[in-house]
Amino acid sequence: MDAFILNFSNFAILADAAEVAPACPTACEFALNILLKVVFSLVCVVVVMSFAGLSVVAERKVCAYIQGRYGPNRTAIPIVVAIPILGNFLKKNGLMQLVADGLKFLLKEDPLPAHVNKFWYMIAPVMALSPVLIAACVIPFGVYWTDGGVMAPLAVANFDVSLLFALAIGALGVYGAIMAGWSSNSKFPYMGGMRASAQVISYELAMGLSVLSVVLMVGTNANVDSPLSMFEIGKAQSGLWFCITQPVAALIFLIALFAETNRLPFDMAESETDLVSGFHTEYGSFKFGLFFVGEYGHMVVGSSLFITLFLGAWNPFPGFVWPESWGWISSALSLLTFLVKIAAMLFFFIWVRWTLPRFRYDQVMRIGWKAMVPLALLNFVAYLVFVSI
Amino acid sequence: MAIVVERKSPTLLERTYLPQIVSGLFITFKNIFKPRVTLQYPDQPPVLPKGYRGAPTLVRDSEGREKCVSCQLCEFVCPSKAIRVTPGEISPDSPYAYIEKAPKEFKIDMSRCIFCGMCEEACPEKAIVLQNEFSINAATRAGLVRNKQALYAAGGVMPDRIKKWKKVKDNSEFGRKH
Repeated sequence: MDAFILNFSNFAILADAAEVAPACPTACEFALNILLKVVFSLVCVVVVMSFAGLSVVAERKVCAYIQGRYGPNRTAIPIVVAIPILGNFLKKNGLMQLVADGLKFLLKEDPLPAHVNKFWYMIAPVMALSPVLIAACVIPFGVYWTDGGVMAPLAVANFDVSLLFALAIGALGVYGAIMAGWSSNSKFPYMGGMRASAQVISYELAMGLSVLSVVLMVGTNANVDSPLSMFEIGKAQSGLWFCITQPVAALIFLIALFAETNRLPFDMAESETDLVSGFHTEYGSFKFGLFFVGEYGHMVVGSSLFITLFLGAWNPFPGFVWPESWGWISSALSLLTFLVKIAAMLFFFIWVRWTLPRFRYDQVMRIGWKAMVPLALLNFVAYLVFVSI
Repeated sequence: MAIVVERKSPTLLERTYLPQIVSGLFITFKNIFKPRVTLQYPDQPPVLPKGYRGAPTLVRDSEGREKCVSCQLCEFVCPSKAIRVTPGEISPDSPYAYIEKAPKEFKIDMSRCIFCGMCEEACPEKAIVLQNEFSINAATRAGLVRNKQALYAAGGVMPDRIKKWKKVKDNSEFGRKH
């Protein structure tokens, strides 16, 4: 049970704050702690949101390139576009389109259909986005070394069960889809919501089982006291990454991640071809924008989970870590490594989306229950046997 | 005779679906580096094919004579009734007096024109020609109605190989029968 008690002394920021203001009285210190927490959370939110926003542009650009088009390259903001090189760069790469899209969501009329269940209808977009931002707070984006030479993660909150926390809160995101589907009080959103819930139930199992073998692998190491902490999992990948030592688990987790984030080929909740626009058919304007950002935020958090679990977290290559002797440069590089990996994962998500057609609903269920779950179970049991021998 | 196509059941590897996904991913990845096919329209003019049917125009021949003899066949054949021809006489002291007629006014309503090219086909004098102009716009509906002057300005010169009118002119001048 010890692992489930939050170890508050591990909080990176608390340690920081103690260094910054040692002479401060307790109340002042407490206020500073709170303030630092808020600032760190805001930074985290900004990172996740900007990645989500950029991945919207990347989605449009990559899909355009795959289809032999240019993608958005004309939208220009009057004054910004006049800046000599930067303006043209932003315009050509569709980055001003991002602003235009966001403004459009803000400025459109926000309709509230008469037939919806108002309370749940209003709360659903919030439910789609907020779990993503909450889950983002436990992700170790990088590492730094305290004065004592102890490695600590660059995370808003670092506690012993952060992996469980991230998985649990991340899975809550589907409640947005279910609420939206139900409260819209119309056929297609309802079906989208049902599909979303069924899909999450079936793929959450396989995902959890594939994570178990990684946790087991970390846990068998004698000097790790909390194998469910994402920081410890990342630290355990200073040698070989878990995608090399646990390829089946990595594959299952990756496929389940596609299903969890409702991305093609598991785009069941939204499948435009048969469900108009799925669970957010009745939404418009900024409420739709929240769903939209939530989807991409989910991708960001999901891919950072995958990176922490299987792709070596903040380590640049298998068998190479940023050395402690480089000091802050090393921690900056670790942060950069993580962000580059997120970008690469987002590209992969987009790449897969514009390559594969959508599975049929029954196919999704069949793959989930008849292939993924048994395979994950088999992998786990095989690893258990391997460890016990 | 019917040919029976034997359908092989997929191998285990094919049933995992993964090799197919990977090969598909490679195809799309290669596409990223292929040249773009989109025409950047306002910056790049499109290459129009031969025989393109753009805006209808009136043309002159190599001597600057307006070819139209205002027979009104184009007006008659026009399916969208975009053409209005007002026939007029040619004054007797004009060098082309024996042609009898020329349009006094010739109007094409570009908001009605459907670019079918039937006027061009119907014209016995090859006086009305659909040319390459495709971006036709004006601030008002009235601005889209082109008068004779505008149509000739857009049309330019289209020389004839056989100058029917010249033959007629020469014959009449030298007193020969047609």
